[in-house]
Amino acid sequence: MNRPLGNLTRRGLLLRGAFGTAGLMLGGLPLHGNGTASPVAATAAKAPAKSVIQIWMWGGPSHLDSFDPKPGAGRDYCGPYTSPIATAADGMRICERLPRLAKQARHFSLVRSMTHGINAHETASYAVQTGHAPGRLLYPSLGALVSLFKGYDHGYQDLIPPYVVLTSTQGRFSESGFLGPAHKPFATGGDPNRERFEVDGIVSSRITDERQKQRRELLDRLDTLGRALPDDPALQAMERSQEKAYELILGEARKLFDLSTEDPKLRDSYGRSTFGQSCLMARRLVERGVPYITINYKGWDTHKQHFQLMDRNLPEMDAGLAMLIADLESRGLLDETIVWWGGEFGRTPKIQWNPPWNGGRGHFGACFSALLAGGGFRGGQVVGASDATGSEVADRPVYPNEFLGSILERMGIDPEGPLPNPLGETLRVMPAEVDGFPRGDGRLTEIM
Amino acid sequence: MNFVRCLGLAAVLAGAASSLSGDPVAPFETGRFSTPATGIDRIAFGAMREAGIEPALPCSDEVFLRRVTLDVAGRLPTLEETRGFLRDPANDRRTRLIDRLLASDDHLDYWTMRWCDVLRVKSEFPINLWPDAVQAYHRWIREQVAANRPYDQMATEMLTASGSNFRDPAVNFYRAVPGKGPEPVAAAVALTFMGSRIEHWPEPRRREMEALFARLAFKTTSEWKEEIVCPDPACFDAFDLRLPDLTVIHVPPGADARVAFADWLTAPDNPRFARAGANRIWAWVFGRGIVHEADDLRPDNPPSVPGLLDHLAETFVADGYDSRRLLRRILRSRVYQLSAIPRSDDPRVPALFAAYPVRRLEAEVLLDVFCTLTGQREGYMSPIPEPFTHVPPSARSVSLADGSITSPFLEMFGRSSRDSGLMSERDNHITDAQRLYLLNSTELQKHLASAKKLRALTKTRRNRDARDVVEAVYLTLLSRPPTHDELVAALGDRAAAREPGPPPARQLEDLVWALVNSKEFLHRH
Repeated sequence: MNRPLGNLTRRGLLLRGAFGTAGLMLGGLPLHGNGTASPVAATAAKAPAKSVIQIWMWGGPSHLDSFDPKPGAGRDYCGPYTSPIATAADGMRICERLPRLAKQARHFSLVRSMTHGINAHETASYAVQTGHAPGRLLYPSLGALVSLFKGYDHGYQDLIPPYVVLTSTQGRFSESGFLGPAHKPFATGGDPNRERFEVDGIVSSRITDERQKQRRELLDRLDTLGRALPDDPALQAMERSQEKAYELILGEARKLFDLSTEDPKLRDSYGRSTFGQSCLMARRLVERGVPYITINYKGWDTHKQHFQLMDRNLPEMDAGLAMLIADLESRGLLDETIVWWGGEFGRTPKIQWNPPWNGGRGHFGACFSALLAGGGFRGGQVVGASDATGSEVADRPVYPNEFLGSILERMGIDPEGPLPNPLGETLRVMPAEVDGFPRGDGRLTEIM
Repeated sequence: MNFVRCLGLAAVLAGAASSLSGDPVAPFETGRFSTPATGIDRIAFGAMREAGIEPALPCSDEVFLRRVTLDVAGRLPTLEETRGFLRDPANDRRTRLIDRLLASDDHLDYWTMRWCDVLRVKSEFPINLWPDAVQAYHRWIREQVAANRPYDQMATEMLTASGSNFRDPAVNFYRAVPGKGPEPVAAAVALTFMGSRIEHWPEPRRREMEALFARLAFKTTSEWKEEIVCPDPACFDAFDLRLPDLTVIHVPPGADARVAFADWLTAPDNPRFARAGANRIWAWVFGRGIVHEADDLRPDNPPSVPGLLDHLAETFVADGYDSRRLLRRILRSRVYQLSAIPRSDDPRVPALFAAYPVRRLEAEVLLDVFCTLTGQREGYMSPIPEPFTHVPPSARSVSLADGSITSPFLEMFGRSSRDSGLMSERDNHITDAQRLYLLNSTELQKHLASAKKLRALTKTRRNRDARDVVEAVYLTLLSRPPTHDELVAALGDRAAAREPGPPPARQLEDLVWALVNSKEFLHRH
């Protein structure tokens, strides 16, 4: 893989040097805005974000056919998508299949120079979501980190778990890494686009509340071992989980998952699809105060029949994501909610026309795009650039650790701070320099 | 009904009180041991006496049957096994049961699974094995368990293996590590065979251990992801090697340093190997090593009963590293047959094994129990594109070869991730998500409502009335008949009446649900 690093890195060092010094100088001073305030100072002045919605583009979405179109590269690169559209943000053009997102462009920014150079799903998924290249330790994903630093050990009290996945976990890697099952996401199961969103364990299709209560009573009466061992720690832990479970099963929290209370017109504008309604559900979880929500959006591993699939999938994605951003904005939630869109890699810029692909795109980790909205990230910006065909990073490479570190920083979690871990090793949360990736230009201070 | 409930509560209170007054607690305990005290018992009970801790009473036959079947074979006893065992009047019934289980295929599957956890048998990633290699490695491990291969020979074969990792399965020990180079290999050797975490070693000792494995070559072939592991032919010169006990050996030109290391490691007078091996087998049975954590042996983490670990290690060596024999010795001990109800609130009870430790059933075991009860098949998946996710319906999930072949259930219930080989990677703590799933998930509810095995109980000639059905359900799920109070709770007024015909379907469904969600069902005890 070619990584155009040399002069870029030097430029990055220069920039970092300038900002870093300014940041240090401002350290002890009041942070009133004057013309020379550095991005570091500006960041520190903003209130931290409260929640992250991660839209995980499972399989790796094509960067050329979403947020980094290359109309000048010719048919072998663009296929039928030859006329990208202007957006509400000056100078930002995106794929013509994303008209609703184009209208929201002032609220989001694009990173067109994501890179890690990994072309296998497992390792790339791991790298993009943990910020680390594969190695000896299995690091936790961003969601698990937020669960660690914003979850039950740090004042979070809601019954709804702090890390929720709509609707099933990825399977590609263990989200919690060495942090263990306590920081695994709660997978809702079910389908929010069905008449009744049957959230696993919380909303049951078969059992009435009355019967739930009778059953609970029977369970207590038959608890012969529990009564013989009242002090056993394992059994006590089970009892505590059980009480919590019943608060969810019989309490008010489950109403959160009842999407029928939403205006049908609003539901329509999110799109009557699993993805669209998942976006709506994510907004409700944010309103509730859940700090990390992942929407696992499958169907982007388009090796074959790529453009037919994109014609079908892009409008669905366009409706759900655009409405999510607009809805969060109109409710005043966008400033405190980070929306992150992206997959494990992009797709080969050059189209494979020959059989068996018949117009397909392969895995591509050298250069791809990501989208960030809300949570104090400035909108309407484009960070970095790819070359004329989207095959290489041309400006400002962004490595996963820098990208995730930016989100953590906006969440008020110090990426350079210590990462407590059961291994007893000295680790940091998401340092700007990690093994396996070159040191890039640092976190996304230009939009923070 | 209210009256009955009061009665039940009174009986329970009486039961709780009796554990303090000295009588065995029904249905979990019995008054006396039916097997003789062993060498293990003399040391273990001596340690309890010395600490002034009263041991738990012997467990009942019902508890023993369930416990030993879970611990040895990784499954529940069948209804027939339970009825047969509880009817068996012979004094040696427990010993014969142990031997029968140790000779079963279920034991091989279950013990292979435990080995595969610590030997990191999993398709990439972070382990560097391709599915072909995983299958070969798993098959080889199962053969070692089936043949009861002496542990020193098994370890030596892995440590000194050379060849293709698709064709010489033992060589996969060197590929089943996260990352590349001698560091992860040295860490895996220390953890697997010395029960020691290399992170705790002084820097120079770490470097010396890594040097031992620095002269390995990994060579790809024309077959996808096949690799050949062998001593690096480019490193031909002689060199001096320092072993972990600081002795220096001279490795002549062209010789394989790993052979010298394996000889040193498995020598009868090297305590590290036998102690780590014996401590692990003990921990597999009790969920806790004599040194705890069981893979963290170091001078500042002493064994809780030093004499006991010495005794086990010496016996292990004297028996020619016969793992199954050591396991049998542990299972035959009276310590193993103690009930789970402690008779002392001393915090040292768990470390002195003065009561059997209660633990949640492992993910695979629980899944197999559910599949057997309901007749459902689990759908497996794998993040690796591999051909082995279609598992025959008869195969238990305990027998799955590859840690990457998994299901949401297995993940939720803390199956070992097999990433590092640490024993703590298997997590048997109950989580909120598990509790929700068991209590109320649509999936489990549906399966239990139509559970084949339990429905069949309502149809056989043998079960004439509601009491017979409830008894059969109890025997199936908890391996014991219900107590009087439980019969009353399950059937209400019908409990005494002996009306013909099974209980109403809904009553039965609720009973099955309640038992499946009971602490007794979900834990080994």
